[in-house]
Amino acid sequence: MTQKDIKLFTPFTVVLLLIMGAGGLAALYRVFFGLGASTHLNDTWPWGLWITFDVLGGVALAAGGFVIGGAVYILNWKKYEPIVRPAILNAFFGYALAATSITLDIGVPWRIWHPLVMWQVNSIMFIVAIHVVLYTTTLATESSPLIFEKLNMRKAFHFVEKIMPAIALFGVMLSLLHQSSLGAVFLIAPVKVSPLWYSSRLPYLFLVSAVLLALSMVSFETILSSRVFKHKPPMDILLGMARGSLIVGGFYLVLKLWDLITGPGIGLALNGSLTSNMYLLEMILGIILPLILLSMKNMRTGINGIYCVNILVIMGAVLNRLNVGIISMAGYNSRIGYDYFPSWMEFLVTMAMVAFAIVGFKISVKYLNVLKLEH
Amino acid sequence: MSMTMKRRDFLKMAVGSGLLLGSNVSPAFGTMPKELPPQAVGILYDATLCIGCKSCMVNCKIYNGAPGGALYLKGRTISYEVKPDEPFWDAATDLSSKTVNVIKVNKSGTAVNKDSVENGFSFIKQHCLHCISPACVSVCPVGALKKNPVNGVVYYVENRCIGCRYCMIACPFNIPRYEYERAIPQVRKCQLCQHRYEEGKYSACCEFCPTGASIFGKVVDLRAEAARRLTLKPGDEYDFPVQTVGSKEKSRRPVSKYINHVYGLKEGGGTQYLLLAGVPFDWLGFNKNIPDSVLPDLTWAYIAKIPAVLVGVILAGSATWALTRNRNKDKEG
Repeated sequence: MTQKDIKLFTPFTVVLLLIMGAGGLAALYRVFFGLGASTHLNDTWPWGLWITFDVLGGVALAAGGFVIGGAVYILNWKKYEPIVRPAILNAFFGYALAATSITLDIGVPWRIWHPLVMWQVNSIMFIVAIHVVLYTTTLATESSPLIFEKLNMRKAFHFVEKIMPAIALFGVMLSLLHQSSLGAVFLIAPVKVSPLWYSSRLPYLFLVSAVLLALSMVSFETILSSRVFKHKPPMDILLGMARGSLIVGGFYLVLKLWDLITGPGIGLALNGSLTSNMYLLEMILGIILPLILLSMKNMRTGINGIYCVNILVIMGAVLNRLNVGIISMAGYNSRIGYDYFPSWMEFLVTMAMVAFAIVGFKISVKYLNVLKLEH
Repeated sequence: MSMTMKRRDFLKMAVGSGLLLGSNVSPAFGTMPKELPPQAVGILYDATLCIGCKSCMVNCKIYNGAPGGALYLKGRTISYEVKPDEPFWDAATDLSSKTVNVIKVNKSGTAVNKDSVENGFSFIKQHCLHCISPACVSVCPVGALKKNPVNGVVYYVENRCIGCRYCMIACPFNIPRYEYERAIPQVRKCQLCQHRYEEGKYSACCEFCPTGASIFGKVVDLRAEAARRLTLKPGDEYDFPVQTVGSKEKSRRPVSKYINHVYGLKEGGGTQYLLLAGVPFDWLGFNKNIPDSVLPDLTWAYIAKIPAVLVGVILAGSATWALTRNRNKDKEG
């Protein structure tokens, strides 16, 4: 398939555009009428779907940018070069969405710039804010050759390509800190977060699971775009990432089990409460099942097996962020007596964010040389 | 470096990079106090003296609804005049963005015995505890929550606040509340009536407490008073000070049986609001799992490693790049 063959207005894209429109209206409603009118957040549940799915999840889903960028530009694993552009572009969309969501989620959106000038170095939230700004800029710079190429700006293109290893290294540095910082956000709340998730190792767990997720997410996107844009999937790249998933996933499972055994003990995971069941679901769906599949050679080397593993890992990682951000505090909060379930407007805005990322990527593929398709 | 890195060293680096970025950083931002401030003020609440009249709640709203108060909002007046044609009812059962001080009752069985777990009841007064090392202050990304270095009051600076609500996640006592109902919301919490100190006044809840259940004063004096009460023999008479800890006005009455625990002495590294009761505090709704250690330290252990990680990643990354690049060239050549 060439870029010309990509149709912008397929029925699926039209549905996505409608969701984006409706989500945009809901976002406007939230800005003018406040959080109480648009969300189900309350004093016991100050953080909900937007923070956990859009911000924690979105940033984790965007980890492919630094993992593949690091592999290609720092480790010089040139085998992965064909997927570095889509990986970084997807990461850029992920971060842009996380930044938009957090702007909508904070009570006073027009003060979003405050952390940049009102430094408070004791706060993980301050560190997260600085990272989001710096890393979104970095990802934009990493993606800028796409634009320079299109506009035929040769000098700028070659300049950015030349300093790319330095930019990529800056991105890796920011991401290592940023991915772990999102876990560190919860270090302050040992009283509220269930010991199934609370651990002084939370920052490392977030980082390792982000790397695992990065491999699956990029692999998933690569297979998906080869199907949508009808080109041959690069099997050696997919096999390499599957092998990487097996190694990182195994390490993550050991870390999680070590945390469980030295922390609250296995009993807490098996007591049948909602919290425990969500923990088990996350562990089985997101780590144990994928690792079993990956350990079987015919699954690890076949495109369908890899595709299944990818979907499981992505669901598991998103579930992990939802669990840490919401479910982990359910035990503490329900004692106080408040419940939280996202409102339809919260769901709509989140769906619009995802739709925007898909449509944005599609437009980029059509007009920019993301996948190196024929023109 | 790593865990043992001092805040001062971190700040040197932070300030250094801050200057590079053209930002102005006050070193004071980097320090979380761990000792009681020299002139720390606070409240001692004695549940055995509380009769549940809620005078403190009413007066809290009235005095904090005035300019400078914790509940002040331009154009909103809080009045307790009951108009005949307007039925008026405000009996808050929990803290909210409109209630920063609440009297609750916990009871069991027939609830006839005051300050008893068996077929008894006890009142409890809930508001900000003004931690010595407040988690809310440490997590605020913009310094909208601050601790007064002299009197230790944990207060809120509205025009800095972005509304991220991290303070609400971080507070182990679940104190800060948010105005979800407003389009331009604020965090609301007790600020110990700091706006009344200049005119020589103190916390309204203590000024209007008729029994001396809530008394205001220097934390060191409140600690001494609490310790003294725990040594009293139940049934003996004692002159309980009213309004303030050093007050001449006393209320003479028999001493109830206390449990041997001054709440706030150690919890979360210590607080400036101290509580005494005849029943265990977890029975009154206080979380049992609040550690005696300082919560901001949990976060600082991570933050202190950041500069080392930054430098380490740059060095290791550059070295890796240089090495692997040469290897590729060798292969090609």
